[in-house]
Amino acid sequence: MSVNVLNAGLLTTIQDIGRTGSQKFGVLVSGAMDSYSMRVANLLVGNEEREGVFEITLFGTMLQFEEDALIAITGGDLQTTIDGIPVANWRPLIVKKGSILKFGFAIEGCRAYLAIAGGIDIPVVMESKSTYLVAGIGGFKGRALQQNDHLSFGQLTESNEKVFARIEQLGTPDWAVPHHLLIRLTSTQTIRIIAGTEYQYVDDASKQRLVSEPYVVTPQSNRMGLRLEGKALLLTEKIELLSEGVTFGTMQLPPNGKPIILMADRQTAGGYPKIGQVITADLGSLSQVKPNAKLYFKLLSHAEAERELIAKEELINQIKIGIQQKFQ
Amino acid sequence: MSDQKSLDIKALGDSAIIIKLGEGIQPSVHQQVKNLSFLLDEYPFDGFIESVPAYNSLAVYYSPYLVYQSTHGFQTDGTPLEKVIDYMNTLAIQMSDLPVTEGRLVEIPVLYGGEFGPDLQIVADTHTMSIEEVIEIHTTPEYLVYMIGFAPGFPFLGGLDERIATPRKLTPRTSIHPGSVGIAGKQTGVYPLETPGGWQIIGRTPTDLFVPDMSPPSLLQSGDKIKFYPITQEEYDEQKKVTTCQ
Repeated sequence: MSVNVLNAGLLTTIQDIGRTGSQKFGVLVSGAMDSYSMRVANLLVGNEEREGVFEITLFGTMLQFEEDALIAITGGDLQTTIDGIPVANWRPLIVKKGSILKFGFAIEGCRAYLAIAGGIDIPVVMESKSTYLVAGIGGFKGRALQQNDHLSFGQLTESNEKVFARIEQLGTPDWAVPHHLLIRLTSTQTIRIIAGTEYQYVDDASKQRLVSEPYVVTPQSNRMGLRLEGKALLLTEKIELLSEGVTFGTMQLPPNGKPIILMADRQTAGGYPKIGQVITADLGSLSQVKPNAKLYFKLLSHAEAERELIAKEELINQIKIGIQQKFQ
Repeated sequence: MSDQKSLDIKALGDSAIIIKLGEGIQPSVHQQVKNLSFLLDEYPFDGFIESVPAYNSLAVYYSPYLVYQSTHGFQTDGTPLEKVIDYMNTLAIQMSDLPVTEGRLVEIPVLYGGEFGPDLQIVADTHTMSIEEVIEIHTTPEYLVYMIGFAPGFPFLGGLDERIATPRKLTPRTSIHPGSVGIAGKQTGVYPLETPGGWQIIGRTPTDLFVPDMSPPSLLQSGDKIKFYPITQEEYDEQKKVTTCQ
């Protein structure tokens, strides 16, 4: 069971929930940018939530299946087709042997996730299948996919087979996961943040600017970080920090006053002032913004951020139970 | 708990905290970082993911959802953050009972100068010294590994003798060979992987600092000490053969 890469597209990598546990050795976490979409894609085909999936960026990826396969596509809407016929996201589908799955151009969001029942048969490196591009570790040969790559699927589990059998019997379901509750795919977004560890050093006018002015995601943004353009933010005093831990969603302020938000491929430590922190519940939505998208920020309390995170986890639990019930 | 000073803890978003254990770059402060990291590895809380030691702080990553669900090991019913803070403060009481541990001493062979250390002469000239003096000064101290970061297995070392501290190159090299030993300002270090960089490169080690298939993947860990020693080209080639065969 395998798939052939006819066109790798702009950037297609294998990602899972991330490579945690080795940051103390300088190893990046990596993982899916929009992990909510990644987790749901796996649940839809009966995989473990944390299994590796294809992360497809913006456009162009074309895959040919060499065997019948059960798949699900989530995340951004990249106008996906199978043999030229449009397919719907956020539900399980069967792709027939020889069929070509093609990702068009992103009309909503910018990253699609493709899960394949049985997962992807690649080595687990430091407990993860995620691709660590800079170090050439993990994923498929430590790199982004290229034309003519040949990826094998893993063995189907009982849970994969159950879904497979039902979809073969009943066809593509007419239901889809209510993804708008999980992530937003609009081109202008309000992203919720909480105060960062050095927020108190931001001057009052800049604090106001941060939550009222738009910030544009520049094309220099990538899986490491989003570089924002907008009115510069200032600190009340120059502060010298020693390198220390950072995390997904950390908003750093370099000396030019233009914030950078650290994303999945961030380094393990940083020395710039950390003025804000995107709440975990909004990281999926933030990962779906395209270059030149406009962002607004809203400040929440830490307790509110925790409540939003817990609500999203409970939503995923509900989605999981909902899917399981459909395939009983 | 009453006579115990609370830890200096700040939220790093909703899923991590940073615990600051002192100021500046000092072995005594770093010992505290190491002790707390050790205790946390020995007694992890439900939902704990990992911790990352830095110069004077420890970042602790966790799943707030698991902390929220857990009733085991936490003393209060508060928010996930409150539960974690309370847990860490309780854990920290044991810190003073821990013996001061000497880090492992890792000896690292270096072929100084020549093709592998193109900037050794620059460092020597900057301080009007001979190449031999630079090597002598660089191989004398035991350097403390404060943290691993920047790149996998890359050690941030303390203890460079200021007599050979040298500014970075004005134009960084686009590619530095793995194993390169360099100086940048008051820092010295070894590049585990090929990366661009502006350090003055004074030599190269045949020892692999990062091997993804090994457990742990990094030769060095926060809290280790390292000492460099000079080797000849023949010794370099010999050792390189051995590491390549492994």
